[in-house]
Amino acid sequence: MSTLQYLILIPGLIFVLMSVASGLIWLERRLLGIWQDRYGPNRVGPFGILQVLADILKVFTKEDWVPPFADKPVFIIAPAIIVVTVLITFAVVPFGPRAGLADLNIGLLFFLAMSSLGVYSVALAGWASDSKYSLLGGLRASAQMISYEVFMGLSLMGVVMLAGSFNLRTIVLAQKHMWNIVPQFLGFIIFMIAGIAETHRLPFDLPEAESELVAGFHSEYSGMKFGMFFLGEYFGITLISAMMTTLFLGGWFGPVLPPIVWFAVKTLAFICFFILLRATLPRPRYDQLMSFGWKAMFPLSLVNLLVTGGLILAGR
Amino acid sequence: MTTSFYLAAAVALASTLMVITRARIIHALLYFIISLFSVSIMFFAAGAPFAAALEVIIYAGAIMVLFLFIIMILNLGAEAAAQERQWLTPGIWLGPSMLALILIADLAFLISRGGGYANGLYAVTVQPKDVGIALYGPYLLGVELASLLLLAGLIGALHLARRNVPEEGEDGTGIN
Repeated sequence: MSTLQYLILIPGLIFVLMSVASGLIWLERRLLGIWQDRYGPNRVGPFGILQVLADILKVFTKEDWVPPFADKPVFIIAPAIIVVTVLITFAVVPFGPRAGLADLNIGLLFFLAMSSLGVYSVALAGWASDSKYSLLGGLRASAQMISYEVFMGLSLMGVVMLAGSFNLRTIVLAQKHMWNIVPQFLGFIIFMIAGIAETHRLPFDLPEAESELVAGFHSEYSGMKFGMFFLGEYFGITLISAMMTTLFLGGWFGPVLPPIVWFAVKTLAFICFFILLRATLPRPRYDQLMSFGWKAMFPLSLVNLLVTGGLILAGR
Repeated sequence: MTTSFYLAAAVALASTLMVITRARIIHALLYFIISLFSVSIMFFAAGAPFAAALEVIIYAGAIMVLFLFIIMILNLGAEAAAQERQWLTPGIWLGPSMLALILIADLAFLISRGGGYANGLYAVTVQPKDVGIALYGPYLLGVELASLLLLAGLIGALHLARRNVPEEGEDGTGIN
């Protein structure tokens, strides 16, 4: 691709992602409403879709306040980190047979690296706020994300072994005849749970548990800085859904419809599933979350790795 | 590629200098993370993308987060920064600077001799598979030794963290 194409494609992709993330504000509240037997926001515009605009206007006009006791530079940089690390990962996602920005031969590792950097955002936000709720939230977030990252990577190694490559495009092409969700079902479940924990969505939103920690790591944030955390979370959901589509559901493959539409449909289905999880599952206690990770998910992902390796060896 | 290599090298040097001179430890840590990133880009430019990714995943993404974790628990505030500033007197730079100068002179001498590395730097790309085969082929003993060391560390950590309560709580967490 030429430089000019990149200059058009990159802002285009960011524009699409921005629209998706802000659309998700409305989608999430509306779906939650339906599943909880109420209407949700339906006043502004047709079906309440203009609620997005109202929310954006609100968050931009709120006072952007930095507490005097906060560590100012770190406080300001923290919300930017999560948005940047997630957005940069979209560069390696193959949206279609010819669509996608970078064809990196270590694409999967790049995704893991960037998602492991996201933890700095919440940890630094918690520390820089200099408030006990924020600090507790930040500590929880870093412990949770480090723990779940370990088997997030391990659960994907089965996929890597089947495709024989870290390149996301090669991984999609290897699923032409059978989607990875069939031979790697265990890996899929583990990756999904780890993905929810990485984006700290409900039911794993212990870092911001409002019933005990006010708002966790972003207690002291207001205005668009809070909006950045919010946006980062929606980007994160979109990214994890897109990665699950790429790694386990055959990416752009599908009959009749054009490839990119298939990719969008599968990703959207996962996003809705995440919202459904939020509507149904209660939040576990923090020590339950940690012991579930280390005592159940970690051994299971090792078993998955062993069995996959054994079957590949036996099939040779 | 050569340009990005030297650009990253310059960033690495500058950020490492900032690590040493910051009085607030979190700021030093942030510069250290930047330094690790630039080393990762140097690996990438030198044709080792796998090592570059591991540098970010393991060093920047895991080990540095643990450092941050400890610092958050220690709660080092303005007092510690003042103390640090007191310790960083000009006199303290003398010894390390002399030693570093010797190393720089050594490096400059080696580069001026034009050693075999300058040309071979960008010739091959090391694929992840090559790294795996090398680790479980000629370097198997090293991998096994490292795993023994890690196991010892794991057992030590378990021993230190264990409570003196023989039976576990009903939720299986050991907290009664």
